[in-house]
Formats: sequence, C-alpha cells, structure tokens
Amino acid sequence: MNSILTYIILAPLIGALVVLLVPRNFRFIIRGIAQAATLISMVLAIKMFFFDFTTNFPREQLTEKIQWVASLGINYHVGVDGLNVGLILMGAIVAFAAVCVSHNIKTYEKEFYILLLVMTGGILGAFASLDLFFFYFFHELALVPTFIMIGVWGRGENKNYATFQITLYLSIGALLALVGLIALYLQLPLGNRTFNIIELTKYFKAQPMNLAAQQFIFPLLLFGFGILVSLWPFHTWAPLGYGSAPSATAMLHAGVLKKFGLYGLIRIALPLMPDASQSWLHVLAVLCLGNIVYCGFVAMRQRDLNLLIGNSSVAHMGFCFLGIASLTLIGITGAVTVMVAHGLLAALTFALSGYIYQQTGTLDIRQMGGLLRQIPFIGAALVMAAMAGCGLPGFANFPGEALVLFGAWKAFPLVTALAVWGALVIGAVYMLRAVRNILHGPMAANQTPIADASLLRKLPYALLLATLLLFGFVPSLLTDKIKPSAQSIVEMATRPLKIQKMEKDSSATAPRAAVK
Amino acid sequence: MNLITLEIAVVILALAVLLGDLWTPVAHKRSLGYAAAGGLIIIFSYSFFAAPAFGSGFNDMLVVDGLSLFFKRFFLVAAIIVIFIALEFADRIETGISEFYSLILFALTGMMFAASANDFVLVFVSLELVSVTFYVLNSFQRNRLASLEAGIKYLILSALSAAFLVFGIAFIFGTSGTTNFSAIHGLLETGPDFGKNSAFLLGILFVIVGLGFKIATFPFQIWAPDVYQGSPAPATAFLAIGSKAAGIVLLLRVLFIAVPQVALHWNTLLIVLAAITILYGNLCAIPQRNLKRLLGYSSIANAGYLLLGFAALNQTGFAAILYYLCGYLFAVLAAFMVISIVTCGRDSEDVTVLAGLNQRSPLLATVLTLAMISLAGIPPLAGFFGKFLLLKAVVEQGATNSAYYWLVGITLIGVVISLYYYFGIIRAIYWSKEPADLSPVIVSWPARAVLIVCAAGMLYLGLLPDRAVQQTQLAVQVLKVNSPAVQIQKEARHP
Repeated sequence: MNSILTYIILAPLIGALVVLLVPRNFRFIIRGIAQAATLISMVLAIKMFFFDFTTNFPREQLTEKIQWVASLGINYHVGVDGLNVGLILMGAIVAFAAVCVSHNIKTYEKEFYILLLVMTGGILGAFASLDLFFFYFFHELALVPTFIMIGVWGRGENKNYATFQITLYLSIGALLALVGLIALYLQLPLGNRTFNIIELTKYFKAQPMNLAAQQFIFPLLLFGFGILVSLWPFHTWAPLGYGSAPSATAMLHAGVLKKFGLYGLIRIALPLMPDASQSWLHVLAVLCLGNIVYCGFVAMRQRDLNLLIGNSSVAHMGFCFLGIASLTLIGITGAVTVMVAHGLLAALTFALSGYIYQQTGTLDIRQMGGLLRQIPFIGAALVMAAMAGCGLPGFANFPGEALVLFGAWKAFPLVTALAVWGALVIGAVYMLRAVRNILHGPMAANQTPIADASLLRKLPYALLLATLLLFGFVPSLLTDKIKPSAQSIVEMATRPLKIQKMEKDSSATAPRAAVK
Repeated sequence: MNLITLEIAVVILALAVLLGDLWTPVAHKRSLGYAAAGGLIIIFSYSFFAAPAFGSGFNDMLVVDGLSLFFKRFFLVAAIIVIFIALEFADRIETGISEFYSLILFALTGMMFAASANDFVLVFVSLELVSVTFYVLNSFQRNRLASLEAGIKYLILSALSAAFLVFGIAFIFGTSGTTNFSAIHGLLETGPDFGKNSAFLLGILFVIVGLGFKIATFPFQIWAPDVYQGSPAPATAFLAIGSKAAGIVLLLRVLFIAVPQVALHWNTLLIVLAAITILYGNLCAIPQRNLKRLLGYSSIANAGYLLLGFAALNQTGFAAILYYLCGYLFAVLAAFMVISIVTCGRDSEDVTVLAGLNQRSPLLATVLTLAMISLAGIPPLAGFFGKFLLLKAVVEQGATNSAYYWLVGITLIGVVISLYYYFGIIRAIYWSKEPADLSPVIVSWPARAVLIVCAAGMLYLGLLPDRAVQQTQLAVQVLKVNSPAVQIQKEARHP
C-alpha cells in the first residue's frame, strides 16, 4: 500500500463496499459516500498528475507489486508512465462528474451507486495495471456493470435490444482480446512466463517474437480491442448503447472505459509485435476513415441528440486509430492526447444531453428549440462542447487532433486529407446544426418552462470544461508527459523488419518502414 | 489413516443414519440430516488432520494419491452442502427422509471409490453404486409424476451406458488380459503394436461412452434436461456436481493413467466432443423457462468446458479442470439451494418464481446473482478464473494443432451465448414486470450459513486463487500424458 495509485483504485471500490452495508432508505448517505469516494480518487489523481509524476522519467513510476498467483506469475502490479497518467486523471475526474449528475436516479439507488463505484474502480485499475491479467480483470470488472446499468436504468424503447447488443458485442471483443493476451503470455518460454507487461516488453525487445505468432496474435488484439473501441465496422453497438444508457454510464463508458482498447493497442500490441503491426496498420488506417467519415455522415442524419453524440464519439475514435496507425512519435502522442480530450468531451456532452432529457423529457432535436434563453448555462456549455467537438483551438481536442494529422501525413497522405475534411467539415455540420436546432431559433410549440442548473449542479460541467480548456491552452502538460513513453513505444514498433521475413514473405507484409 | 478410512467412515455414517431412523420419532426424522451433515464435516476435517496414506491396495485395484484425495474432499464438500439442501427440501418428501440422507451418503461412497479407482472392475462397481442410488434419489417424490418419470428415464439411459461400459471393459480385458490400469499401461509401453489393436481401442471408446453419460457430454447428454427437471432439487444438485465430477475423475484416470498413449492420439475426438457439447448446451439453454431444466442445459455446457481441459492434453489443462470443478461446485450448489428454498410451497419451477426475490430475501437474491455471474465466467468470481485457466491450457496447445484455435473460438461463442440466459435469470430476480407475491422468504440459519459459505467460496476462488491453483497442480501430478514421465508417476505413487 505504498503507491498512490492503489489508493486511487481502492477509494471507489471501498466506497462500493461501504454503500453495500448502508440500508437502502438512507439515500442521502449513499449518494454522499459515492460522491466522497470519487472525490478522494479525483483529488489523489490530481495530486499524482501534477505533483507526484516526474516528467522525463523514462520508466514507469509510482509502482506497486503484490504477488497474487505465484504459480502462474500473476501479480497485482500498478504503475504510471506518460501513456496512462493522463488517462487516470481523466478517468477520476469523469467518475466524479458522473456521480454528480446521477441525482436524477430514483429507483434502486443503492445498486446504482454500487455498480457505478465498481465500474470506476475497474476503469482506474485497468489503466493503472502493468500486469496483463489484472489489466483484463479490471476491464471486465468495469464492463459488466455497464451492461446491468443500461438494462436497468436505461431509457427508450430500444433499451432491451441495446443492452443485449452491447453485452454480446463487447463480450466478444473482450474475449477475443483475452485469447490474444493468453497467446501472448504463452509465447514466452516455459521457465520465465509472466503476465508482467514490463517484463514482456523487455523480453520481446531482446528476442523478437516469431512472425507466425505475431501474425496470429496481432489481429486478435487489433479486432478484439477494436470492437471495444467501436472500430468501424464493429461500431454499431456504440450509438444505440449510449443512446439508451443512463448519463453516468454513458459518460464513464464512452469517456473512459472505451479508451481501454486504444490503450491496450498502444501499450501491448504495437511494441510487442512490431512486424505484424507494420503490416496491419494499413488496414487500420483505412478502417479509421470509416469511423471519421462514414460515422460522421451517419451523425449528420441523426434526430436524437444522444444518437448524434454517440455517432460523433465513434467518429472521434477514428483520430486515435489514425494516430496509432501513423506509428510516429507525433502521431502516438496525438492519439493519447485525443484519448484524454475526448474522454472529457464525451463525458461533458453525455452529461449535458442527460440534463436536457431530464428537463424536457425528449432528446428529439426537432422538438427542441430556443433553449438557450431558458437554460443559459447548460446551453453555453453545450455550445462549447460542440466547438470542442469540431476541434476548435483552445480545447484539448485541438492539439490532439492536430498532432495526429501532422503525424499521419507522411505515412497516409490521402487518408489524412479525408480525415481533415471529415473532422472539420462533417464534424462542424452536425455539431453546429444541432446547436442551432436545440439552442437557437423559435421556442418549440409545446415547450414547458425548464430550469437551468443550480449553482451546485453546475459543478460537474464546469469541472469538465475547465479541464478541457486547461489542456487546450497548456497542452504541454500532457504532451511532455506522454512524449518519453510514446518515444519508446515508437522505437520498439518501428524496429527494422526482420531479415527472415524479407526472405520468406516479402509480398504479404509490405514494409512501410522501408517505404519511409 | 488407512487407504479407505474415509469411505468406511461414510458407510458407517450412512448405516448409522438408517439405524437412527428406527429410534427417532417421526416428527424429528428430518433433523437426522443435521447428524449426517455433522458426521460428514467431521470426516472432512479428519481428512486434513490425519496424515494421508498414499499408496495402492486390494491387488492394486485402488490407489490413494493426490488426485484421489482431492476428489474425495471435493465429494465430501458437495455431499455436505447437498444434505443441507435436502434439509430445506425435507417437507416435500413425504416418507423416508432418513433413507434419502443415507442414499446420498451411499452415492458419496461410490463417488469416493471412483476417485481412487485403478482398475476397470472398481470403475464399474463404484459407478454402479452411484447410479443405483440415483435411480432411487431421482424418483424419491413417489407421488409426483415428473419425479417418477425422471427416475425411469435415468434408469433406462444409465443402464444403457452401463452396458456400454461393461462391453468396453470386456473388450479391454479380452485383448489385454487384465483390467488393471497399471498393467494396461505397462502393456502399452512394452508392445507398441498393442495400442493399434482395434478391438482394444473400441473397448476404450465404449468406456468413454459410459463415462460421457455420467458427465453429460454430447451425444450422451439427452437425459440431462429431463432428469434435472423432474428430480427433487437435492438429487439434481448432487447429480449436477457429484455424479459429473465422478465421471470426470474416472475419465482422467482412464485416459491419462491407463492409456495415455492412446489418449494422446485422440485429441481430435476430444476437441470435437468439447466443441459440440459447448454449443449444444448453450444453444438449447436459451429458450428454457424452467429453472432446473435451464441448469440442466447449463450443466451440459459446463461439461463441454470441462472437456476443454481433456482436449488440451497437458497438466495445465487437468489442473484447470479441477479448479473449474471447484468453482462450479459452489455456484451450482448455491443455485440449487436457492431454488429449493424459493420453490417451497409452489408447484412451479418457472423462472417467474424468482420475481421480486431481491425484496423477498436479499440474501437469496445476492447469492443466486453471484452464482449466475460465476457460471457466466465474469470476474471477480471463481468461474472466470476457471475459464481463464481452461482457455489458457487450450491456447497453449494451439501451436501443435490449429484445431485448438477453432475450439477456442467455439468456446468464446458459447460463453457469449451463456451470458444471455444467465443474465436472463438475474433479470428475472430484479426486474420482473409483475412480482406476484412479495411475502418475505424465511431462510433458516443452516441454509443461510451454507449460502454464505458458497458465496465465500466463489469469491475466494475468484479473488485469491493462488493456494487453490497450487493444490490442483499438485493433485494432477499423477496424470501423465507423455510416456517418459511414467517412471516418475510410479515413483510418485509409491514413495
């Protein structure tokens, strides 16, 4: 118990245990415990990010290791480096905000907060883990509450369908990734098998994995993680699922948990399987256009605010994929920045749409209008979120997307050009159109008067916006931390291709490193 | 501790329960179950305190090693919990409740002997002891037609499988001249051509058929749903865990102690069996509404998962089987305990009886939810770690034969399908549309204790698997899949 990370993970989990023991009539106390647990977690994460973390430290830090299953080499092992430090901060802030906006949950409150806290603990644990087994274990721990929360507290007629779709889709993704991870573990020789990600990285740096294994494991991880991140064309669960989910769940899943797949790709798949990644990244680059352009067009046609946000969230994932596919320092740094920025943004937009739904009782964009006059604060926040979504400078999304596009230009000029178009034009069209329809124009005919958020209720929105702006104006807070870690990932992933491969199958794996 | 001290103790306990019945007034006969459970708890604790007597006896017919001791303790735990389930169920058994307890104990004896079998004769005798007691146990509710039907179905199909088993043993004896596992192993070692004798192989195949019936693997699963549905809940519970585990331990012993050289070439058979069993069980479970029938199909699916460990043909796989069985024990017995308490005083065993259970009894709802989550294989419960170990063992073999990857793929599909029906039960508990009856369910203290033990077991195996994994790895050391290791095996067995 000597790492701050352990406390960050344990705070929500202990909170869940405490809530379990409180009788269900004490609603205020239950809410208070959940709020306090996530607050502790957030404060510790802020402290870790700004004070405990040493920038320009080449290795993982603040580590803690506790033996769990000695015979299989599984340890509870947490630590941060540039890749996950921002994600943990973002996750803790979003979790706090998610509890803040959950005051409208009135049924089975106790169960709701238990699940929410377990999900938070799972998410933070997954990002902090340096052990493959716990990495997966914590992710599953966070995933299952998602399904239950959508099934029980979700909204809309499609709730049941959405629950089963998201459950089956994400379970398949997670299980594919699990098989990939087990196969990866089994690549080590019998004596020194370990689930330790650091050890694995060291081992495969010294002795690259054989090609057949790489070509088998990489697609498993790519598509397993890809399904979890809503990679086109495996994205259909996302808009519907988020559309039906309660705000807090959508915030935590779309904002934070979904980044698990991207994080896994960057942390595990790229550095350990450089040859396979270099041959598969072309595919990824093309698929990410599906996210950016296709889902952008789909978002344009949406009439339900949540479906629009859901599709735009899928579209934003395209930038992360593009950054990963570029396999350059700038691109990967950008991808991680987008992950953090989008997490905050997705949480903000889902929280706002949740507020609007709660007030107006509808999410149909056509039935709303002129809301800015009635709810100036929420309206202004929505405008800012929309601007951040189109990549306006000043918000954290801008530096991230810009870095990704710069990084990807050299490797995939055509894809990058289309992605820029998708980001700036398509993104702007649907975002601005939504803003116009919801906030401006004449009031809807049957509009009942609605109230703006009270001072206390403004806190989560203000918090998320402030963080977005902070990282938007001072992106170096993030990028300086990410850079050294991204550097080592890129170095491992772009090692010269192995000679044996040149001889064996030069056609199957057109080496992009050589093209460069 | 003698070689068969534990078995003798259980038989004495069973006879004592029968005798005790004579002097117990009718009103108190139910509580003989506490005596039986208490006796079993003492025997179970004794197995830890007394120094285990490893070795073989009775003309090498019976062997006590790590594996058999593991399974004996496993069966003891299962029987203790089953007797507590029977105590909850006692009101629905009109006459002869003490016979019900003692039959459970006799079946337990058969299972414990099965765990030690080192000879095909003992395999047959111990399995028959299990089967015959189950004929009675399954049809114990004499005036319930469903129960009688279950008993008859089990009788006919079990007899058929016993015929296969005997036929197989006859072939093996006819070709090898012995029924002893070590002797058959020796023959296979010395005569390389012997392993190609098709009559001998046919014999092994028939034995697998007979054991497959007990485990409920495809295509010998046909009895399971009907019998599970019709039998009294405690009998079903014991059938689901005890009888299945007895089949598993015998299959392990036959395949990997008697004929590992043959088993090594039969990985395709095992892969196909596992794949079809998983798909069949999971797909058929989807439309089920009767709880026990649903668990019957789920039990078939779980037999398929257990076969993964066989198909993997390595020690990791065998250890994973043992681990998975332990997790399965707590989950299934917890589920049957809840079912027998909830269905008390009702005719229906439909999923709808669970409606509003979270308001009627939070404990029952929580434990049943945990059991379903564990069966579905979701962390942090035992089922997840068990499935993880099984998958790991299978992927490990993937390098030798790409069929293993297909097997992994089918398993994943099966696991995803199973989420649907396990979550269906959870949904029925918490979010039924019209909970008909919200009167609180009274749960007796012993039942509470058992439920908490089951929940703790699932959590323990899921959260702190280290010790249990080591135990399973130690237990399967006697099973060898490659011939050079045979010497070590013999040394391990006769220290």
